[in-house]
Amino acid sequence: MSDVPAGLETLDFSFSGGRPAGTFAPVLVGVVGSGNLEVMLEPAVGRDCIVRVETSARGFGSIWRAVMNDFHGRHPLAGVRVSINDMGATPAVVSLRLDQAVAEIKGGRT
Amino acid sequence: MISYAECSARERLAQLLDADSFKEWVPPVERVTSPHLTQLSVPCAFDDGVVIGRATLADRTVFVAAQEGAFMGGGVGEVHGAKLVGLLRRAQRDRPAAVLLLAESGGVRLHEANAGLIAVSEVMRAVLDVRSAGIPVIVLIGGSNGCFGGMGIVARCADHIVMSDVGRLAMSGPEVIEASHGVEEFDSRDRALVWRTTGGKHRWLTGDCDALVEDDVAAFREAAIAALDKAQPLTLDALEKEHDLLAQRLHIPPAEDAGGDDATFLWRALGVADAQAVPDLAVDAIRALRNQ
Amino acid sequence: MNPMSWNLKAADRAARLVRAAEALGSRLTGKRVGTDAVGKLLEAVLSPGDRVCLEGNNQKQADFLAQALVTLDPQRVHGLHMVQSVLALPEHLDIFENGVAARLDLSFSGPQGARLAKLVSGGRIEIGAIHTYLELFSRYFVDLTPKVALVAAQAADAQGNLYTGPNTEDTPAIVEATAFSGGIVIAQVNEWVDGKTATLPRVDIPADWVHFVVKAPKPNVIEPLFTRDPAQISEIQILMAMMAIKGIYAEYGVQRLNHGIGFDTAAIELLLPTYGESLGLKGKIGRHWALNPHPALIPAIEAGWVESVHSFGSELGMEDYIRARSDVFFTGSDGSLRSNRAFCQAAGHYACDMFIGSTLQIDLDGNSSTATLDRIAGFGGAPNMGADARGRRHASPAWLKAGREARAGRGGAAGTPRGQKLVVQMVETFREHMQPAFVERLDAWTLQERAGMELPPIMIYGEDVSHILTEEGVANLLLCRSDAEREQAIRGVAGYTAVGLARDRRMVENLRDRGVIRRPEDLGIDPRQATRNLLAARSMRDLVRASGGLYQPPKRFRNW
Repeated sequence: MSDVPAGLETLDFSFSGGRPAGTFAPVLVGVVGSGNLEVMLEPAVGRDCIVRVETSARGFGSIWRAVMNDFHGRHPLAGVRVSINDMGATPAVVSLRLDQAVAEIKGGRT
Repeated sequence: MISYAECSARERLAQLLDADSFKEWVPPVERVTSPHLTQLSVPCAFDDGVVIGRATLADRTVFVAAQEGAFMGGGVGEVHGAKLVGLLRRAQRDRPAAVLLLAESGGVRLHEANAGLIAVSEVMRAVLDVRSAGIPVIVLIGGSNGCFGGMGIVARCADHIVMSDVGRLAMSGPEVIEASHGVEEFDSRDRALVWRTTGGKHRWLTGDCDALVEDDVAAFREAAIAALDKAQPLTLDALEKEHDLLAQRLHIPPAEDAGGDDATFLWRALGVADAQAVPDLAVDAIRALRNQ
Repeated sequence: MNPMSWNLKAADRAARLVRAAEALGSRLTGKRVGTDAVGKLLEAVLSPGDRVCLEGNNQKQADFLAQALVTLDPQRVHGLHMVQSVLALPEHLDIFENGVAARLDLSFSGPQGARLAKLVSGGRIEIGAIHTYLELFSRYFVDLTPKVALVAAQAADAQGNLYTGPNTEDTPAIVEATAFSGGIVIAQVNEWVDGKTATLPRVDIPADWVHFVVKAPKPNVIEPLFTRDPAQISEIQILMAMMAIKGIYAEYGVQRLNHGIGFDTAAIELLLPTYGESLGLKGKIGRHWALNPHPALIPAIEAGWVESVHSFGSELGMEDYIRARSDVFFTGSDGSLRSNRAFCQAAGHYACDMFIGSTLQIDLDGNSSTATLDRIAGFGGAPNMGADARGRRHASPAWLKAGREARAGRGGAAGTPRGQKLVVQMVETFREHMQPAFVERLDAWTLQERAGMELPPIMIYGEDVSHILTEEGVANLLLCRSDAEREQAIRGVAGYTAVGLARDRRMVENLRDRGVIRRPEDLGIDPRQATRNLLAARSMRDLVRASGGLYQPPKRFRNW
């Protein structure tokens, strides 16, 4: 990971073409422990699904993009903000938490 | 039976309190997070590792805080500490039936250095203020990280401690003792030894906790309910009695190393007949061993 | 008459025994050697260049004899050729550093892998070959026969009969090869039995196979290598275990099997009485095991899933449980376990229908390796377990089904109807620190170059692998008919690793349609069901409870 600057890495993604999730109480799943992450879903203004990841595992941006693309393919949401604090979870755990979070939203696809 | 140790902080609250009664203050969505961790390239948690709020327990209003042991070992940082202090100060104002503290912590969050130290000392002061106001502070200890460091001291400042045998309560952690005094003095990898000296059974036998329960959320709930009316007035007299007890206890172990295991020796001196068997006995058998 | 002499070995042994008697004097009584005279014994009995088998088993270690070897004067004893299963103790390599030993044939070196690599590259050790266990034992009877065997037993009587007890492990194979080819057998024991006030619980090694016995000052080292704390099993491992049970065990009707040790397989063992039960699989899978006494198997045994277990060795803490379950385990007349690595390895090869285990790296041909740069770790038993048993002739439903899948549509010799063993590699796509498990080129190739090996140390060859199982699904390599299909089947379960992201999407979809790749949802499994609540035991204490208090975990595993 030569040219990645020190510190947490922040990654932002945005997806369009989803189904409105409507209003829902914010949802939090997971815990920020080693190899783990927390995922918070809240309603957002607009028609996009906005994702922000803060991670201590630097340099895996392309994998996060692929994971988020597939997540959006499974659960195309609109008007949702996804916020993630990550401490080096593998893609398997990330996808699992995202799916668990969606399951908890009223009106989201389960 | 639902393992208390296995549950996250939020799962413990959901299972322990009256169903759907919990209202969270300073919830994750408000993003009141640590101002220090990012500088150290450590991810934040949206709730800074502690959940606080109001709920009912057996229909009585209680204020609760639950520390998340998986985040930074439950260590208390500036924001985490401020949430606890804020909860305690509000309790003085609103006078709930009790404040419940689901403690799972290594103590001060070292990353936050002085801010963490100050936070813990403010929590201690706030606990004592709440007790002075006649509101019981009940601490539940049963997480796999135990309750150590400054939070160990906080726990002993409370009215009432409920522990499971999986739980641990102490000040210095096992690794710290080994690092300071050598492995001959304390082998932190001898987990049976660690539990003999800091675990719930030991604390029950020495009188350092007030209730010993199974690693079961329902058992913790029951013990918490039973503790609601067990406020211990914070008087000079009570404090002096405690000093006497501790002074007596200092003289129980032999002056020189009599060989064998200190914990077993101490239990025997406290009147436990088959002290060797303690680690293998079930919780209800251990409960019966203490002279109340 | 042929003037050549045909009894040189016997004469040589006799000469060594005389040397020993002279050197030891009063420190030798019958076969008993005084503890303080062990160095004298070894110096008298060993000659430079001897082939020596030192019992470094997977679990038990003849540690006192290993320490004694290190103290020998390399001027008098040097250039030994060590043949041993496992390099576990520092002493096993110290003898190469100081010149007592020069050459090594082994099977596994886990704890000493890094130091071994350094000594090899520094020219201090010449490695003959790295073997799988059964292969090494086999060579003891062909071209690696030990001249001197240094073994570990629990107890000996005055005649020299040995009790090896639960951790018998490799001893019978080593001692038989040595004793019956003119070699000398020396055993360290934890206790003497005088034959009057106490006798051996049973005889595991008869006295006339043994030449010298010495009591060690401390009981020999035994490591609990097969204990896995259920508290550390993750949701992803549970998901993979569910796919294994439903997608493979149930699918093929696997009754006879071996589990490579790991948290993944521990999860499978702990899901049998719960998830397996919910699928109605009791009695249909998992009845006969070639397996060490894994504590994680206790709930399945208690729930009546397990008919028999034969073991390579024992496991610390399981002794009383095994005694109390003699219908399941192989036990002696004294009630304790009788293990035997050679026979258990044979059982795993010929009498089991499936091997499942984990690995560190898999390439696009399905070859897998645990070799990493700068460590020479070896293989242990995996190559033997994880290989098709081509000598096998008896049929079972699982073996026949696998064989049909592999051969359907093939002609000629490759299409001749026969069965095939299920060899499953189970691995998460990313390991710790986001290291990918799937790679284009195994580290084994680089290790081969650096260490000057004839071949890259591949643990299980892709040709033998029947299934690869990851959190992304199961790839059935038996159904692949070309290298290209095989490659895409592997990429298709390699998830977000570079190997996985480089998949041909259309080919992978096609493979999925054909059932070559099956995702959790294809197996009717929702990943969100994969929670720790499914485990029959979630902590060490749960295992103790499940055993009715009979299982006594070593101190390091307690948390109550």
